[in-house]
Order: sequence, then structure tokens, then C-alpha cells
Amino acid sequence: MRSAGTRRIGNHAINLGAKLDRRRVFEKAPTGIVGLDAITGGGFPKGRPTLVCGGAGSGKTLLGMLFLVRGAVQYGEPGVYVSFEETAQELTQNVASLGYDLNKLAAQKKIILDHVVVGRLELQEAGEYDLEGLFIRLGSAIDAIGAKRVVLDTLEVLFSALPNPTLLRAELGRLFRWLKAKGVTAVVTAERGDGRLTRQGLEEYVADCVIVLDHRVADQVSTHRLRIVKYRGTAHGTNEYPFLIGRDGLTLLPVTGIQPAYAASTGRISTGVERLDAMLEGRGYYRGSTVLISGSAGCGKTSLGAAFAEATCRRGERVLFFAMEESEDQILRNMRSIGMDLAPWVRKGRLRFHVSRPAIFGLEAHLMAMLDTVVATRPSVVILDPVTNFLSAGTKGDASAMLVRLIDFLKEQQITAFFTDLSPEQDGEYSGRQSEGVITSMIDTWILLRNLETNGERTRGLYIIKSRGMAHSNQIREMLLTDSGIQLVDVYVGVGAALTGSARVIAEARERADEVVRARSVTQKRSEIERNRAALEAQIAALRAEVRAQEDALTDVGAVQAGLEQAGRDERAGIGLMRIAAAPRNSNGGRGAGRNGR
Amino acid sequence: MTTTARTLRGARRVKRRGRPGKAVRGARSSRAQGPEVTPARWHLRLYVAGSTPKSLAALANLTRLCEAHLAGQYDLEVVDLLEHPNLARTDQILAIPTLVRTLPEPIRKVIGDLSSLDRVLVGLGITPRTLG
Repeated sequence: MRSAGTRRIGNHAINLGAKLDRRRVFEKAPTGIVGLDAITGGGFPKGRPTLVCGGAGSGKTLLGMLFLVRGAVQYGEPGVYVSFEETAQELTQNVASLGYDLNKLAAQKKIILDHVVVGRLELQEAGEYDLEGLFIRLGSAIDAIGAKRVVLDTLEVLFSALPNPTLLRAELGRLFRWLKAKGVTAVVTAERGDGRLTRQGLEEYVADCVIVLDHRVADQVSTHRLRIVKYRGTAHGTNEYPFLIGRDGLTLLPVTGIQPAYAASTGRISTGVERLDAMLEGRGYYRGSTVLISGSAGCGKTSLGAAFAEATCRRGERVLFFAMEESEDQILRNMRSIGMDLAPWVRKGRLRFHVSRPAIFGLEAHLMAMLDTVVATRPSVVILDPVTNFLSAGTKGDASAMLVRLIDFLKEQQITAFFTDLSPEQDGEYSGRQSEGVITSMIDTWILLRNLETNGERTRGLYIIKSRGMAHSNQIREMLLTDSGIQLVDVYVGVGAALTGSARVIAEARERADEVVRARSVTQKRSEIERNRAALEAQIAALRAEVRAQEDALTDVGAVQAGLEQAGRDERAGIGLMRIAAAPRNSNGGRGAGRNGR
Repeated sequence: MTTTARTLRGARRVKRRGRPGKAVRGARSSRAQGPEVTPARWHLRLYVAGSTPKSLAALANLTRLCEAHLAGQYDLEVVDLLEHPNLARTDQILAIPTLVRTLPEPIRKVIGDLSSLDRVLVGLGITPRTLG
């Protein structure tokens, strides 16, 4: 994890591989605030004064103190803190909450705290003066510990304490030149002025590096911001960077990579829904990718997340579930109702819930808390439900910037991120207003869940809007939340319509019925034809029998004929005989002969 | 002027090791000068940084003023911060020259080369009545 490119930030190791300015144009003094070092390309200009201006409570003193203390502790650069406002005791107490013991550091000769007391009332000006006293004071402190860093907080107090601003200004100009000549890296804080950076125009004297701290409240959420107004001779981030004042002091988490420089995994990870895996080349999401599930209320976003979580836990990996709306118990109960029992995974420590309301603190604090938890848990999957709630904890731009940094961080850690996005539908159409443009361009796999309202019922349609780097299905599936988990079924695609829900069931039933009817009529026809043929065959048999009968008859007729002819011949022969016999035998032959002969 | 402190008339040279507040009291040149000048004793300390023109001017102006108005009633010590840089911190000195009235109480400070006499008098709390 730790390598040359990583440095600790609070509890986080963040890769600064894509830092702004790798070429050191000139030497820089690292502030020890990683994000700030990243956007300044390594810190404040070494051996030169840097002006930090901002209003009350904007974090000037804290920034100065961290610069000094971290310089002494981490970078071996002793420092002198000249406070014009707070006493050494107050400062010590304030810094103790960050875990630094100034008394100890002072005893080790790493730090000198000098509280300059200036009281207007007891001062009377009588003629020209200079600030040699301050110079000597500072000089002796610097020499005493070999200081490399100096913080002057807040120099402008002098203007209210000492008369003759013109003279004072000239002296301050001399002070900055003197600090430069001394070769110390100085941080000078100043109050923000109307229409210009500082009330007294100190920016005219500190020309090398000017940083503005800001503290604004938008929608009741206050955010600290930091901006580098100018930084001579070096490339620097120009945006306003939100930062957090918290347990670790001042934490600034810029978008770490100007060019995203994380490795892209080719490993795949199951979505927890078989048919959804199938829609994504049969293998699910890319490991380390960012998944967004968009949809309106009640279309099953959390359920999809839970299915993903369950599948991940089943593989023996850890899941971190950031729930922004529901409590852990509620999610467990609800998922049980669709056949997913997540409780065992929670008991085994593979599934961890982190429940928080987006509005309880600012976005930066959320980001820090999330990164903290991620680093502590080391999950392979992070679920954020729903991500759109952050829009209520800040402006859209802030939320976007914060999520981009979160996504960046997770990608660097090769953690698969699963976000749900509550987007209201308008006129039945998905309106991606909530998320569109905020983070969708950062999303690798974007799945849309739609409520389909037809025939007096509501069904859930699922389709994949995009999925980078893989051939994905372009089909709409109907998502069913059943007792045994999430199921995706094909929608009914018939003639001129794609149907879901009971319409799909009806259409399918009707189709089945039609088939039965068709099948039945075919059978009928067949048997009818069969019957006809049988009838015809019977007829044929009958005719054949007739023919045979005729033939028989014909044969008979022939025989009779032949018989008759024979008989005729016999008779004629008989007659002839009779005639011959008549002569001798008169009486017998005469009777017979006489009758036949007539 | 050297970098060492100068003890003026009416004031004795200050021991540099200790705190200036423990400096040896200077002798008053005259006690009779005044019931008007209350309180009787003035402790003044002038912080300078080397022999700059401003420092020299301040010293000259102050000497003149003291002799005119507080003759015999004041102790004056001159502290050169170049010699005792730590005193700048412990005595909370920023501007040079700084004149501090340590007595009478309360402490008062006047900064500058003391060229504006009126302002020095106001700063030190020497009332006009004492002038003369």
C-alpha cells in the first residue's frame, strides 16, 4: 500500500501519483497537509513568505500552526510562531486537540511560541519609529533554534495597534524582504478585506504565494474552501478546494489525479442476479468499476444493491454499505422479505453498515468519514444508497466534486463502487436530472430501473444504459422481486408490443391457448381426412366387389351361352337323328318330330 | 553612541545582566523641584536598537525634555536590544525607539523618535502645569 507515491493523510494513504507539478522549479517547503501539497506541487515556496488570507474562523491560524508543527515534527524544520492575537497558552491548548504537544516541542527547541502583545491604549506615538523591535525579537528567536519556518499570525493587528499606517506599511515591506534574506519560509496571515484580498493590502508585499481561505454557508451547510490566488513560478491548482477542519486538523482532499491514473482491472464480479450477469457478457461488473443504478422510488435499487452485497459476501469478500436513508435493521428486514438474509454476513463481519444522515454534516466531513471507514474496513465493494442524498447536503457542484473524489479514491483502491440514484420520473419518462451530469460521466456501468405503468399496474423494467468496456444487452428485462430474490424475465415481445406484468402473462397465456386450439384443429382435420379416406377406400372396395361380381356374371353368361350353343348343336343333331329314325319307327318319332318341326 | 546602554544625567548605568526593572535607581538631581510634580519619582526606560539616527534623536529629545521638566526626579535607562535581544520579547517591544514609563503606575509607552514634544508629554502623563 505504502509506496513512494503515497503519503499519509490522517488515517488515509492517498496516492499522489498524478501530482500537479513534479518538476520542482524551485524548492518547496511541504506543509504536511497532503491535499495542499498536492495542489501547490509540493508546498509553499521555500525561503519566501506566503500570504494566507481569510475571514474570521476560516482556518488561517490552524493552517499556520499545522505548517509550523508538521514542519518541525515531520520535516525537521524548526519554526517560530509569532502570534499577535492568541496567547501561547491558548495556542498550546488548541493544538493539543490535534495531538501535538507544543510545550514538549518548545522544550525540544523545535518550536518557539511568541505572543506579541499589542495594546493601542498604552501607546502614544511621538515621531517616527520603526519595527526594529519586532525584527530583533524574531531574529533572536530564529537564531535560537535555527528556525526554517516562521508564522506571523495575524500581522495586521499591528495596524490597529500602531499609529501611522504609511510608515507601518513600509516597515512590513521591509520585514518581508528581511524574512526572505533570512531564508525562512514564512506564512503571514491576514484578514480578508473588502474588495481586495487583505484589509491592509499586504498582498502587495507578499508577491510569491497568496492563498485565500473562505468559509461559506450554502443551504445551511458550511464549507471551508481554499484557493491559491497566485503562486509565482509554479503550476498550481486554481480551483476553490473544499477542506475540512476536524480531528486531523485541516484536511484537504483535492481530486487527486488531474489525469486519472489508476489501473483498470479486467477482473469481473457478479452482480448477484444471474440474468443481470448474463446481460453483462455473462460475467457481471468489472472489478473496481463504478456502478450506478438509477430509478425512481420503489423500483428496487436497494434490492439490487443487497443482491450485489450478498453475492460479494458469499465469495468471502467484504462489503461496506453506506445507508443514507434506512437503518441497518430496516434494510436487513426488507431484504429478508425478498429472500435475502444478510444478517449472517453482518455477523461474520463481511458486511458492514455505516448509517448516516447526509444533512448532519457537510460534504467534506462525509467524505472524510467515508474514506476513514473504507480504509478501516478494506472492503472490495462499497455500496452507497442513495448517492443523490448528498445533493441535499450541499450544492450540486459541491456534491459532484465530492463524489468525484470519492470515486477516484475507490478506483485507486480497486474497490467496486455501487451507487444508487433516486431520480424522479416525470410523465412516466426517466428524468436523470438529479444525477445527470453530476456523476454519470464518471460511471462505468449505468443501469436504469423504470416503473412501467400499464393496464392499471406497475412493473419494473431494467435496462443497461451503458457499460464501458463490455458488450452488454440492449434488451429491457422485467425485474421481479420474488420470495426467492431478484429475478429478471424477458418481456413479452409480440406483434407490435413489448409487454410486462400481467399483460405479459395474459399475452403469453393467450398465445399458449391459441397454440392448443391450432393443434386441436389440425388433429381434427387429420382425423377428418383419415375418415374420408377410409370412406373412400370402403367405396373403392365396394366398387371392386361389384366389378368382380360383374366379371363373375359375365363368366356365367358365357358359360350359359356355350351351354346353349352346345345344347343347340345337340338338339340339331338330335333332330337329324330323329329324322333319320322317323322312317323306321313311325309312332314315336312321328309325334315328337311333328311338334318340334312346327 | 555605542551599543551599550547609556546612563544619562540623573540616571545611573543599568546592570545588563538582570532585568532592567531591577536597575539601580538613579539619583535625583533636586528634590526641591516640586510638590507639583507628582509622583516624586519617574522611572523611564528607552529601548533602542543600535545607534540609528532615530535612536540618537530619541535619546537627545528625551534628555532635553527630562532636564526641562523632570530634572532631578527621574531615572532613565537605555536598553539596546541589539545587545539584549531577549528583552524585546520579555518586555514586549515592537517599535523602536520605545520609551516606557515604568513608574509612576500604570505603565505607559511612547514610540517614535520623540520629536513631537507635546505628544511625549501626553504620553508620559506630564501635565502642562508641570511645565514651566
